[in-house]
Amino acid sequence: MSKFFDKSDLTRKDVDGIVSDTLKNCDDGELYFEDSKSELILLDDNKIKSSDYSSDLGFGFRAISKDVVAYSHSNEISKDSLKNSSENLKSTLKSAKGTYNHEISKTNNKFYDDINPIDQKTLSSKLEVLNKVNDYLRKKDGIVKQVTTSFSGEHKSIEIIRSGGEVLTDVRPLIRFNVSVMLEKNGRKETGVYGIGGRQSYDDYLKKDNWKNVCEEAYRIASVNLDSKPAPAGEMKVVLGPGWPAILIHEAIGHGLEGDFNRKKTSAFHNLMGQKVASEGVTIVDDGTIDKRRGSLTIDDEGTPTERTVLIENGILKNFMQDRLNARLMNTRSTGSGRRENYKHIVLPRMRNTMMLNGKQTQDEMIKSVDKGIFAVSFGGGQVDITSGKFVFNCTEAYEINNGKIGSPIKGATLIGDGPSILKEVTMVGNDMMLDPGIGTCGKAGQGVPVGVAQPSILIDKMTVGGTKL
Amino acid sequence: MIKNQEHLKLKASYCIDLAKKLGATDVSVTVGNSISETVNFRNKALDESNRSDSLAISIQTYIDKKKSSISSSNLLDENLKILIEKCYETTKITPEDEFNSLPDKDLLAIDIKDLNLYDESHLENDKKIDYLKELEETVSIDKKIVNTESGFTENKSNFILANSDGFCNGYKTSSFSASCVAVAKDENSMERDYEFTRRCHLKDIIDPKNLGKIAAEQTIKKLSPKKIGSDKISIIFDKRIAKELLSSFASAISSSAIARGTSFLKNKIDQLIFSESINVFDKPDLIKGMGSQCFDYEGVKSGALKLVEGGFLKDYLVDTYNGKKLNLKSNGRSGGSTNLYFENGKISFEELLNINSRILYITETIGHGTNLVTGDYSVGGTGFLVENGEFKYPVNEITIAGNFNDMFKNITLANDLDFRYSVNSPTMMIEGMTVAGK
Repeated sequence: MSKFFDKSDLTRKDVDGIVSDTLKNCDDGELYFEDSKSELILLDDNKIKSSDYSSDLGFGFRAISKDVVAYSHSNEISKDSLKNSSENLKSTLKSAKGTYNHEISKTNNKFYDDINPIDQKTLSSKLEVLNKVNDYLRKKDGIVKQVTTSFSGEHKSIEIIRSGGEVLTDVRPLIRFNVSVMLEKNGRKETGVYGIGGRQSYDDYLKKDNWKNVCEEAYRIASVNLDSKPAPAGEMKVVLGPGWPAILIHEAIGHGLEGDFNRKKTSAFHNLMGQKVASEGVTIVDDGTIDKRRGSLTIDDEGTPTERTVLIENGILKNFMQDRLNARLMNTRSTGSGRRENYKHIVLPRMRNTMMLNGKQTQDEMIKSVDKGIFAVSFGGGQVDITSGKFVFNCTEAYEINNGKIGSPIKGATLIGDGPSILKEVTMVGNDMMLDPGIGTCGKAGQGVPVGVAQPSILIDKMTVGGTKL
Repeated sequence: MIKNQEHLKLKASYCIDLAKKLGATDVSVTVGNSISETVNFRNKALDESNRSDSLAISIQTYIDKKKSSISSSNLLDENLKILIEKCYETTKITPEDEFNSLPDKDLLAIDIKDLNLYDESHLENDKKIDYLKELEETVSIDKKIVNTESGFTENKSNFILANSDGFCNGYKTSSFSASCVAVAKDENSMERDYEFTRRCHLKDIIDPKNLGKIAAEQTIKKLSPKKIGSDKISIIFDKRIAKELLSSFASAISSSAIARGTSFLKNKIDQLIFSESINVFDKPDLIKGMGSQCFDYEGVKSGALKLVEGGFLKDYLVDTYNGKKLNLKSNGRSGGSTNLYFENGKISFEELLNINSRILYITETIGHGTNLVTGDYSVGGTGFLVENGEFKYPVNEITIAGNFNDMFKNITLANDLDFRYSVNSPTMMIEGMTVAGK
């Protein structure tokens, strides 16, 4: 029995037969089934704007010979459809002469429970919370002009069928609760956004009216920005707060340490293994095993159990993040980093929860050491050019630092830096490591996957701040 | 083969009938099928093939002013039945919204023009491989090119949009696209750039030799970049970046942003928002246009709009829901803009380069530094320093920043518009922006 194809004309024997036949001369590959349910309940502009439910079932069939990947996916689950895909793969890899690698490690660990978060909370009680959020914020202050709040939930089941009939499965819950508020004062409008989430039920995140804290944080960010001045322009010292600002590490370092870019030698890091790429005291790991976190996975999308991969240890580059394909071609092992957005996409090596570990200094010491610079507390999105190593990210809450003291808030500005050298500019690492609130989505090659980040406060000696004030 | 219209119509009417029978007062359904085949090359060898066959259906059910929606890729009647029942039950407990409704019947499209958006040519994967081989040979000629990745994608789609007011229409579209990303290296740096081509018809795409040649040239000239000092300096946006600014403008005049009050262009109708020389058009009915449509996502007919005339904002992009909220009629833009473009300026590209003696020419931006609520703009950039009309050296690791309110009023356009994308702009100069560098 398989919930993925028991309503079709396929039997387990058919499926195993087609998979083994298709992959017989290949080095690797698998058939991946995915059944996902998702919802978005959104209140905006005083109204319930969306009450959307989506149900998606499909397969992705992959065959690999040397470094060539053939992929075919469909949401028609039938013998004909699977055979069509098989023929398509075989025609791409007609000259394949490999030996299938059956080895895949196993785990008894599970990092989240087998729950369906969508069904665990009724629609009425979700609507009730969203309405409370709207009322709470609008009553709080007359300058609140717009409130958007939403629940999004997902329940995804996967089954990986490898040549020879080996089957690996996982069931993954994921939720996110979000509040965005726009304030208007003296003709100025500013927005503040905050959210929480992870791989548990909605109510696990909403205990003790926790939605109020989310509202307060979104409101606080927006009100800080109402008083913001134009940001400075030019090179200066930057103190990053703990937690979410670690997307700097994600953009600046993380992507450049993904296996594919290094095998292809398009990453600025490809020839730096074993070398010093960061200041002493800087240790960075990518961890898929933290309980119930947004970026955690029991097994990756190739079936490999995830792990805690040390990327940089005390400044020295130690490991890249690998999926099976890039690991095999680089003579190493998969780090359980093979991920895909869904069955419509090929597997790529991706980050999970990327974290800089604690150092010894305090945030106070960092601020006091800065004559002129900025203190960045929260960020919107970031992006990196893997090849040149240049990366950016956008401040959503930041302050000036003058003579060792935090000054006025500054307008959202882009910070730009150079990935391979930025971590050498880290002169202090704090002792206040924090995980982000569970809201990150990382984009690569058109695929979005949920990720986490964490870091303590850090001081960067020199970065370019993209403000308008010269 | 993609599913034919009859098959899709059957699914759509099955859903409408079922939802009506359950008690829905209005229903709308979109059902589509899309098949695409991609072949990718890397360093002159086959890297990946990818075939995708996707069916998708989305259904909105209304009970008077209550509305909810579902979507699925599983089109078996048995599954649709479960989902429609769920959707109907959800609709019942979703609060009313007075602006929820199907589009006004008199606005629905009647004449469906053939815009020549479908080319039935099929390029076998072996032929795609031939194209890519030629492309990769050309891009790799110069030894400074150390890495290449290119791809060819053929896509065929078909869809039906139907609603319970009797609208039931759809049509096929196709696209053929090829892209090439090159990495070049010298003793100082490693740089990446790209070129791509995308058309509805196979015969209209750029030939592989040209595509490869452009990708290689653009990449090599970025080698050994310098960082410049922070400064106020005139900026020229290459066409491929200038169009992004026009896209931001389109987002800011969407009726949803206006109705929510989250756009810096709210209440700016009939006000001067651009330089007086600027005209912006949105034309849905261009033959073979990359953004062409016969009707919008709701079935509403869409005509040509002159969004900006002599610098003045004349229109928003309006859909049914937000239109009702703003007391405006839908102008068939529930999917946003169609073929959006700035009308050509009066001067040549060369003349634009010579307006000032020192200009920063931007070819790529990174980051998401566009704030449509305030109009603030701050992104990372790479490009070239131009002095006295000549490209002097490549520049990177800088940011450019400004505010759209000021930027739009300081735009000068060249006369080199062409229609390569759904949003198109001539080369654009903006004065008065801030560059942050060393």
